[in-house]
Amino acid sequence: MRIAVIGAGPAGVRAVETLVAAGHRPVWIDEAREGGGRIYQRPPQSLRRDARMLYGFEARKAEGVHATFERLAPVVDWRPETLVWHIRPQARRLSTQHQGRTQATVDYDAAILCTGAMDRVVPVPGWTLPGVTTMGAAQIALKTQGCSIGARVAFVGTGPLLYLVAYQYAKAGVTVAAVVDTTPFATKFAAAPGLLRGGATFVKGIYYIGWLRAHGVRVVEGATPVAINGTTDVQGLRWRGSDGREDLVACDAVGMGWGLKPEAQLADLAGVPFRFEPLQHSWIPECDTSGRTPVEGHYLAGDGAAIGGADVAELAGARAALALLQDAGQSVDAVRVAALDRALAGQQRFRIALERAFPYPAALAASVADETLLCRCEGLTAGELRAAAREDHDVGPAPEMNRAKAFTRVGMGRCQGRVCGPAAAEVLAASLGRDVASIGRLRGQSPVKPMPMLVPEATP
Amino acid sequence: MSETCDALVLGGGGAGCSAALHLAKRGLRVILLERGLVGGQASGVNYGGVRQQGRHAAELPIARRSREMWGRMREIAGTDAEFTVTTHLKLARNAEEEAELVAYLDIARDYGLSLRMVGSNSIHLEYPWLSNSVVAGSLSPEDGSANPRLLAPALAHAARAAGAVICEGTRIVELSYAGGMFLLRAEDGREFQAPLLLNVAGFWGGAVAEAFGEKAPVAPMSPNMMVTEPLPYFITPNIGVVGGNVYLRQIPRGNVIIGGGHGESDPSKPWSRALPEVSLQTQAHAVALVPELAGAHVIRSWSGIDGVTPDHLPVIGPSRTTPGLFHAFGFSGAGFQLGPAIGAIMTELMVDHATDVPLDAFRIDRFQTAAGDTP
Repeated sequence: MRIAVIGAGPAGVRAVETLVAAGHRPVWIDEAREGGGRIYQRPPQSLRRDARMLYGFEARKAEGVHATFERLAPVVDWRPETLVWHIRPQARRLSTQHQGRTQATVDYDAAILCTGAMDRVVPVPGWTLPGVTTMGAAQIALKTQGCSIGARVAFVGTGPLLYLVAYQYAKAGVTVAAVVDTTPFATKFAAAPGLLRGGATFVKGIYYIGWLRAHGVRVVEGATPVAINGTTDVQGLRWRGSDGREDLVACDAVGMGWGLKPEAQLADLAGVPFRFEPLQHSWIPECDTSGRTPVEGHYLAGDGAAIGGADVAELAGARAALALLQDAGQSVDAVRVAALDRALAGQQRFRIALERAFPYPAALAASVADETLLCRCEGLTAGELRAAAREDHDVGPAPEMNRAKAFTRVGMGRCQGRVCGPAAAEVLAASLGRDVASIGRLRGQSPVKPMPMLVPEATP
Repeated sequence: MSETCDALVLGGGGAGCSAALHLAKRGLRVILLERGLVGGQASGVNYGGVRQQGRHAAELPIARRSREMWGRMREIAGTDAEFTVTTHLKLARNAEEEAELVAYLDIARDYGLSLRMVGSNSIHLEYPWLSNSVVAGSLSPEDGSANPRLLAPALAHAARAAGAVICEGTRIVELSYAGGMFLLRAEDGREFQAPLLLNVAGFWGGAVAEAFGEKAPVAPMSPNMMVTEPLPYFITPNIGVVGGNVYLRQIPRGNVIIGGGHGESDPSKPWSRALPEVSLQTQAHAVALVPELAGAHVIRSWSGIDGVTPDHLPVIGPSRTTPGLFHAFGFSGAGFQLGPAIGAIMTELMVDHATDVPLDAFRIDRFQTAAGDTP
């Protein structure tokens, strides 16, 4: 059986491990040079540092994933630096491009998509200044390149990553100017009983916050970001506190992010239906707890299926591989399946509490000021999108996201809505006076990421 | 309960929306029925060429009339739908293709369309970014391009303002004719009645005709389209080639829109998508024509569903079986430019029972064999 696994993060590694143990030799594809995914991304050889320094508490897990990857890569059809830019579920064929140069197709009988996640962004005036990155990008710069995004960095957003990245930056010797959390303390406090289910994960979260405060880092909760100051570069971060007063810290870089969302374009192209998940406040591809999608032969695992974090991804990767084997008629270890299902169910309860503790600030996104740039690729402001929802719009009002895209170009640029999509949906839904789940989502189209046109073979 | 009006328009593409506008302006109570959103298929996803050059001679009178309307689109529809006279340059890559361009000059002249031949010396002087594979070109100064995502919605918006009722999300599942009235029933049970019915249902137009006992062979056809990231603006004309395996244009924003070949589709959903192999082949053709495009990033591909007939000409005109029924469908990938005029012409046929535009080549019964059956 020809099996393709796309993604070599924690989910992909554990999926391939399970398949290899069952005697398969899958095609394994990742955009990166090595396995580990974004969460356990490794520096280039010349910048290698101690895992403990790079991954902190997660060092042991990271080393486990890396070691497994290194054991597996030589025994499977490992294809690094390869973008899967299209998938045809009926033909069961992947279109890939290696290093932006070589095209290849991969035919498969079953595929596990472990495509990971990306940051969710709320546009704030000044968010496109050089020196502003997503939280994930700030973390990768540190982990992979040993670089900070600035000398004096402020972080704004919400979610566990906010405190983790701030902590990692401070530990690395960067001045953290402030950590500005849009979630009030009370919201997190209310979710605390559920968070206790997370055990060590929850304790680590508390530890980061405590450590930051103990080291004199300013931590603000329940704040509303007002602007990132500066004209050619970042000068400061401005916010309004829960008491309504405006405040400002000087900084030369800002990391921002409001949780993660699945990178699910391949699942979309594969024809997997999506549903709006109210708790994550996000569209997610449909699959059962084992990763089976309604499209036969196609499985999802990890953050690409629904945000669950690295630990869930490892469990889900193994579980999806077992589901695939079961569906192929191979016998699998029932005890292991049951153990994985139990562990995943436990994690799910913690996840629910985590989402409640750090909710996506939909109202903040919906109220992005008219003059603020919303879609950076196409240079579209929030006001221009709002105009497309009005009755007097010159080609009529746009009743849903894809029509709004057609009319205004929102989400039509290089990112194809991966960055602006969530906030744009909030802006449009609010303008139409409708629920965000009722206005649809931007349709996925190939290529999954921008792909260079190739020079035709030179004729001598 | 059924809604009764003077004319039903079945299909919300460019032609249907234009017809709804023109019929409403003539004082008819019009209801337009569209399965999805207006301009959702061929009219909305096409390349956006507003091109007369290269058309079959029979289409030129319609194209000429439409071109005149495109020039007044802001007045007609409240927006120009980004219509820009960019010129259209059709390229030859060998002597045989060049001969074809030369032969077409006379056809165009007969219909008042003036073209200019650009020979092998001047073509590379005037368009230095073209590769050496190009040997000549034919320039149509009054052709251009527009934004296909805007035309049908703008015409529908204007039609509404003129009093037409536009019913989107209305899938018709049953059509009948009795006692001089057409009765159309939607999936959700709503019924619509009128003495006039205009079939502008694109690919689905064939099935509509068949419901009234007329066979017109229409196959689904999905243009394979893609667009690059913005590049410095250098390709001013809308570019085509003899044979048509690639066509491309750049908008002032910098994106290059490239088409060629066909994607895959399932009209029953409806669903369509560009095919990766076709996209790569078309990219190679594009780079062979404009070498500077090598390395440019393609950011999106798409398709839609149009209807193609065996002779690649649309069906336009009155039904041969049912009084009050009129057809305009099967534009075979070349309907975007014609849409505005089709609406005006069909209105003349339906209201005045006559039009100045010759339509004989588009008769629905042209597909019938001597045996009276479709081949």
